[in-house]
Amino acid sequence: MSILIYTEIAKGKIKKSSLEAVNYGSRIAAQLNTTATALVVGDAEFSDLGKAGAKKVLKLKNDKLSNLSGLFLTAAIEQAVVAENATIIIFAHDFTGKEVAPRLAAKLKAGIVAGAVDNPTISGDSFSVKKIVFSGKAVATYVINSTQKVISLLPNSFPVELMDGTAEIVDFTVNLDALNSPIKVLEVKKETSELNLTEAELVVSGGRGLKGPENWGMIEELAKELGAATACSRPVADMDWRPHHEHVGQTGFAIRPDLYIAIGISGAIQHLAGVSGSKTIVVINPDKEAPFFKSADYGIVGDAFEIVPKLIAAVKHFKANQN
Amino acid sequence: MKILVCISNVPDTTAKISFSADNTTFNAAGVQFIINPYDEWFALVRALELKEAQGGNVTIIHVGAVESEATIRKGLAIGADDAVRIDAEPNDAFAVAEQIAAYAKDKGFDLILVGKETISYNGSMVGAMLAELMNLPYVSLATKLDVTNSVAKIEHDIDGGIEVLECALPLVISANKGMAEQRIPNMKGIMSARTKPLLVVPPAAADKLTSITSFTLTAGRTDCKYIDAATPEKLIELLHTEAKVI
Ligand SMILES: Cc1cc2nc3c(=O)[nH]c(=O)nc-3n(C[C@H](O)[C@H](O)[C@H](O)COP(=O)(O)OP(=O)(O)OC[C@H]3O[C@@H](n4cnc5c(N)ncnc54)[C@H](O)[C@@H]3O)c2cc1C
Ligand SMILES: Nc1ncnc2c1ncn2[C@@H]1O[C@H](COP(=O)(O)O)[C@@H](O)[C@H]1O
Repeated sequence: MSILIYTEIAKGKIKKSSLEAVNYGSRIAAQLNTTATALVVGDAEFSDLGKAGAKKVLKLKNDKLSNLSGLFLTAAIEQAVVAENATIIIFAHDFTGKEVAPRLAAKLKAGIVAGAVDNPTISGDSFSVKKIVFSGKAVATYVINSTQKVISLLPNSFPVELMDGTAEIVDFTVNLDALNSPIKVLEVKKETSELNLTEAELVVSGGRGLKGPENWGMIEELAKELGAATACSRPVADMDWRPHHEHVGQTGFAIRPDLYIAIGISGAIQHLAGVSGSKTIVVINPDKEAPFFKSADYGIVGDAFEIVPKLIAAVKHFKANQN
Repeated sequence: MKILVCISNVPDTTAKISFSADNTTFNAAGVQFIINPYDEWFALVRALELKEAQGGNVTIIHVGAVESEATIRKGLAIGADDAVRIDAEPNDAFAVAEQIAAYAKDKGFDLILVGKETISYNGSMVGAMLAELMNLPYVSLATKLDVTNSVAKIEHDIDGGIEVLECALPLVISANKGMAEQRIPNMKGIMSARTKPLLVVPPAAADKLTSITSFTLTAGRTDCKYIDAATPEKLIELLHTEAKVI
């Protein structure tokens, strides 16, 4: 019996959401008296995997895995599950997690909880884990009834902890000869943004109250000074003021950063669905009746065009004093 | 082209959520149910557009009890040709996928569309499971879909960007925002929906691999702390000293 964690590389490093998943898996491993093994495709600096708690890293090897096609990846992970006699397989609930975790679960006939937010409660044969349901309005406790279990962890549910520890790195050649994917990749268009919105710890977000795309300069500057990612409400993306990958809420991304600053956003329930899991919420809006204030930790009733420039100056001042 | 669109029945986005006294079951009394927005606005409408351009048939399928039939009729009013309801409680994603797969496996669908996720249980699972059970390719989170000569061209969201793909039919696709625009059913659609076929199918054997044992409502925020608009710099100080997020 062992715990497997599927991890991914971005920009030469193991992704933050993957390290969160390794931490999570190694906590479960400790509780069950077993060890955590990380799976990875490709090459990078792997030392963080050991520091996050993995005892072993299996490098999945096969040329067909180069573009992380869900079909091949699922088959490759299944072979690792068999070789390692894994009972619990963990993913980050990100793009690959959404495509591969349920497919693997169906292949193994393993129960899955997608988007878990808490450590599982394990006692004897009973295994339960919590996830957010009804778009943030409630939390449900799921019991997984099968022997093998798949969990995908919602990014930013736990801070990454790196300790002393090293992982043994082992090549694991998978056999995908019998599989052919009819899917052909024609083109990959990467966004240029530096920060991945779903992984960002700080997010500055703008809504229709900013009146037009030409006013986003101050939003970007505030974000840059804070080291934050930028986001927006749905109408802003629909009107093409901002790119669609910045749109948060019910129909956009669900995020849970440490800090979410909402500027010129009214706080419609569909917007809150994507951001209510944020640890601290700041709302800036001249309308003191704006519903967002009911979901905020800090509020400034005022005009963004006056307040944001002052905040930029205050952040600069704060940073200067920190050094 | 034969298209199958999987629709789920979910509480309206703005519905107030509540649970039974012992917090074990969702309380549906007084709640307005709708077609899951991803299934309706993106999957179903794109399926109809493809059919209108190229001919074919759009079937909607739902796993759920008789109470869902109003939602199914709405799908027919928007323009689906016929509907199937598999008479089983949709209380586990894998079981739902098994039900749909059992029905669809020998029906020769060229395209099976699901939504990105249900806004109730937010799983994003059924599509991938269906693909695995039917041994079909799966493309998640598609924002664009075209079909020419039985080959689908798809744009879909990947980590930090967009991937453009091509895949011969049949396949399973999950629909994300961008694929189509919402359609409001017209009077003719609503009238004809009443007489369109709605086939009720008994459930197949299925495995319930998970169950929900309890719910808790998310705690709201405690009172918002207001900062004077004249001194917004105070906010930065509080974010550092009190909230400790910067
Ligand atoms: C099924 C469904 C799904 C949806 N999904 C989403 C989603 O994923 N994400 C989402 O965001 N929305 C979503 N919506 C839309 C949502 O209901 C709201 O319409 C939307 O969030 C409003 O965006 P907004 O707050 O930017 O604009 P508005 O509601 O127009 O609010 C603008 C705010 O700006 C304030 N303002 C005005 N002037 C200033 C100023 N000078 N400085 C600062 N503030 C100012 C105003 O007081 C107002 O509160 C969805 C709707 C439906 C029905
Ligand atoms: N009970 C159901 N009947 C038919 N389709 C469903 C059902 N539940 C989910 N689906 C489909 O699967 C998609 C993803 O659902 P989920 O995995 O529950 O987030 C939905 O958008 C629907 O298209």
